[in-house]
Amino acid sequence: MTAAQPLPTLEITALEKRFGETQVLRSIDLKVQNGELVFVIGPSGSGKSTMLRCCNRLEEPTSGAIHVSGKPMLGIPRKELDRMRLQVGMVFQGFFLYPHLTALKNVTLAQRKALKRPRAEAEARALEMLDKVGLKHKADAMPSELSGGQQQRVAIARALALDPKVMLFDEPTSALDPELVGSVLKVMRDLREGGMTMIVVSHEMQFAREAADRVVFMDGGVIVEEGPPEEIFGNPKSDRLKAFLSRVSGEAA
Amino acid sequence: MDTIIDAFFNIDIMRQATPLLLKGAWVTLQLCAVVILLGLCGGLALALLASSRSALLRLPAFVFIDIFRAIPPLILLILIYAGLPFVGVRVPPFVAVCIAFLLNNSAYFAEIFRSGIKAIPRGQMEAARATGLSPSQAQAWVILPQAIRNVLPDLLSNVVEIVKLTSIASVVSLSELLYSANMARAVTYNSSPLVMAAGLYLLLLWPLVRVISRFQRGLSISH
Ligand SMILES: Nc1ncnc2c1ncn2[C@@H]1O[C@H](COP(=O)(O)OP(=O)(O)OP(=O)(O)O)[C@@H](O)[C@H]1O
Ligand SMILES: [Mg+2]
Repeated sequence: MTAAQPLPTLEITALEKRFGETQVLRSIDLKVQNGELVFVIGPSGSGKSTMLRCCNRLEEPTSGAIHVSGKPMLGIPRKELDRMRLQVGMVFQGFFLYPHLTALKNVTLAQRKALKRPRAEAEARALEMLDKVGLKHKADAMPSELSGGQQQRVAIARALALDPKVMLFDEPTSALDPELVGSVLKVMRDLREGGMTMIVVSHEMQFAREAADRVVFMDGGVIVEEGPPEEIFGNPKSDRLKAFLSRVSGEAA
Repeated sequence: MDTIIDAFFNIDIMRQATPLLLKGAWVTLQLCAVVILLGLCGGLALALLASSRSALLRLPAFVFIDIFRAIPPLILLILIYAGLPFVGVRVPPFVAVCIAFLLNNSAYFAEIFRSGIKAIPRGQMEAARATGLSPSQAQAWVILPQAIRNVLPDLLSNVVEIVKLTSIASVVSLSELLYSANMARAVTYNSSPLVMAAGLYLLLLWPLVRVISRFQRGLSISH
């Protein structure tokens, strides 16, 4: 029996997504346990972003179920969805900081308006999170005054300040100059050490080897293969994964 | 030369007309304050409807915007002031002007707000919603502040147009600046009060026009 198994922090069940005629996700099943870092790889167009975006319903799943700590994300009233979204932090490739607000205000906005935290508490929490990503000294800077790497770290702080149960990263370093990638990966590594549950879509294979508990390979809207990083990178089974890995390492070389 | 000065820049006549014109200028200012405020509120509401995801809300907003941008405001004003009494509704001049301007201005302001909202990248709304903000909170705290800042020069240009356009209120005998100046002209058989009215408009609008061109220069430099 599975009674002893702990409730997954994030559970994706039979998830399907169609855009009109095109089926982008077909029957995705994925359980992410508390404190786990699941790394997702796959060719362009395989549905990685769509899967992440279904998890907090930025994209509306066609069918299936999403549960966060056992609570459903689908089939709930909008107000309840807004509350559930607080538990699912999201980091985008394009950062999407609010350009008219300082770094600090970027991090306090949802705390104040969605969580209804008092201003002093929200600001204290924001400073704590900015400190965590190494940017406390930039609290009063506008996003336009920050480098891409710094903007992405503020975006991570913005999500963390809401005390999410799970963090979703959609190619968080893909828009960055190579020399800025390291600072963002370091923050993600720290988060993992701190026990945060994370799903990371990325091309940083080295990071996957070091930090991932599990690597999931997607292609054509399905999970083709999954396993520990040593297995996936060292001993790929499916031809599609082998082809993908040789293509990626070819690009890197 | 003297006849030109006498006909257009007659100091004595201007002095006589001053109290009347100042009264008119005061009415114009009040009128501007009311119609600009109404137009901004109506325009914002319409723009939000026109940017809505529901076609049921979007469609009527677009129809309204198109219709009232196309109808000359002077026709609207006369229809409301002179036409409505025939169906038993009598509106005072000031109210008639306010209604006509509300219909016309909110359509123009809506178009400006809407283009501002449309220009904000979709990621902004998604980032806001992903942090648990409701659609209206995201609109109020994330989208609109950026949208409004981006279209500020257009909003101000429209304000200038509205201030000038309030002179059409003279056709319904509202004693605003143009009406007062024209009265003074009729009484004195001299155009100097009209020149003075033009000067007052210039005085009122010149700072605004300066600010706008500053804005536009600033924008073209920063781009
Ligand atoms: N809004 C949309 N409407 C129609 N098709 C879409 C939409 N969003 C995504 N798609 C399609 O869904 C498929 C999967 O897209 P998705 O962005 O999830 O892939 P991905 O694995 O994240 O790719 P990449 O590595 O390029 O980011 C693609 O074929 C894409 O064209
Ligand atoms: Mg993607």
